[in-house]
Amino acid sequence: MIGPVLIANRGEIACRIAATCRRLGIPTVAVHSDADATALHVAAADAAERIGPPRPLDSYLSIPAILDAARRSGARAVHPGYGFLSENADFAEACAAAGLVFIGPPAAAIRAMGGKAAAKEVARRAGVPALPGYDGADQSPERLAAEAARIGFPVMIKAVAGGGGRGMRRAASAEEFPAALAAAQREAAAFGNTAVLLEKLVASARHIEVQVFADAAGGVVHLGERDCSPQRRNQKLVEESPAPGMDGALRAELGRRATALARQVGYVGAGTVEFVADASQPLAAERIWFIEMNTRLQVEHPVTEMVTGLDLVEWQLRIAAGEALPLAQDQVALAGHAVEARLCAEDPARNFLPSPGRIAALRLAEPGPGLRVDAGVRAGDTLTPFYDPMIAKVIAHAPTRAEALERLATALESCAAEGVRLNAAFLARVLRSADMQAGGVDTRFLEDFRARDAAARSAA
Amino acid sequence: MAEITVVAELTAAVWKIEAAPGTRVAEGDTLVILESMKMEIPVMAPADGMVLAVLVAEGDQIEEGQAVATLVA
Repeated sequence: MIGPVLIANRGEIACRIAATCRRLGIPTVAVHSDADATALHVAAADAAERIGPPRPLDSYLSIPAILDAARRSGARAVHPGYGFLSENADFAEACAAAGLVFIGPPAAAIRAMGGKAAAKEVARRAGVPALPGYDGADQSPERLAAEAARIGFPVMIKAVAGGGGRGMRRAASAEEFPAALAAAQREAAAFGNTAVLLEKLVASARHIEVQVFADAAGGVVHLGERDCSPQRRNQKLVEESPAPGMDGALRAELGRRATALARQVGYVGAGTVEFVADASQPLAAERIWFIEMNTRLQVEHPVTEMVTGLDLVEWQLRIAAGEALPLAQDQVALAGHAVEARLCAEDPARNFLPSPGRIAALRLAEPGPGLRVDAGVRAGDTLTPFYDPMIAKVIAHAPTRAEALERLATALESCAAEGVRLNAAFLARVLRSADMQAGGVDTRFLEDFRARDAAARSAA
Repeated sequence: MAEITVVAELTAAVWKIEAAPGTRVAEGDTLVILESMKMEIPVMAPADGMVLAVLVAEGDQIEEGQAVATLVA
């Protein structure tokens, strides 16, 4: 079909990509930094190439090092996984220039969706509602106040050049707006640019995303949605499909929006269209807005695989090889409910402090019917400070949501490690919490729950 | 006047020095920002005082329990 495939990544996703390639008879080449010479993902591939020192900039983010490894190994295609170079348009172009098939979308599509402002413009052209806002050149207080009123309060005022929460102010009403604007502009001045943009503030928000696939002939389908609202530090920790409260008509509407965006940018391959939904009311099309598109495979793709029965990496490989989409939209069927939790080396009791170190012993849940474990490390491995703290993804699938949550909680309770802290027991308590059982939590739920959980446990 | 040694909670890289020697700090102020496992972790002053010395440099790889700075409180 295609290959040998060089997997330009590490950890669980590199292992997961290698597994599908092996099933399809495609040879694989792993790459590794000096910190990963004996890592699980190296053992999972047919061959391995060293790409540099531990620092990601010197190895997994180094385009020349990865292209060299491809040339040395005779690879014909590159799968970027997620993170690292997966959404780097220059890397996609460099692969093509080196005669390698990049298993991902065209560089132009990566660029079109790369910036939030550019992506919003694509949405406008595709007729897809984006989060209302204003990012115009007229920065007079009168114009900004008028735009804020048009967007509707509460609004968020953000320094265009800001970052890390600085230059950000919320205004709950027209009365509050002038003072909040002045404060944001003062902080913005520190970045050398007083320009601000305005955005509708969804005080209580859910993160809902739609999986799309497109082929080179222009075919586009969606594979339903995932609800990824439980997050810490803006990073997802629990994901599920279907989203609680989603019905067929709304799914079809979000699928229509997501596929329209993919068509608008000439998308090819796997992509995820992210939306924000107002969590204070039941899900409704008029309270769901496009925020951005991720032009790669997502960490949480297994929940979609569990409810569709499909292998999304196989779809990526087939499409990269020039094949048509394996299924038409009316052939995509969703069955049951799937939930994933990210098992990480971190300490929820200390505000999710990462826990690097050597994993002296590791027990993961036993995979079986309705339970999948995608691991990236094994006992004896050392988790270094250079890479993310994820050890494995544990995914449960069952006929009902309640059964899937319970299956996953039980599986997490069977996980244990020596040498590093694990968030497994915490995740099980999250899944058994009344809010999670009810469904439809917002993106602040998990950090609020952590604070309540820590207080309850120190009192006990 | 007591001298306090502030240590790193975990193995990490030093990302940013936020308080130079001589800086007056309040309890909870950030002295140094560490980076580990793709997260930024602030090292905070445990008490009001003045920074006596910063014992690490930006880019250093440091171990859990390693001294990062000293304060006089």
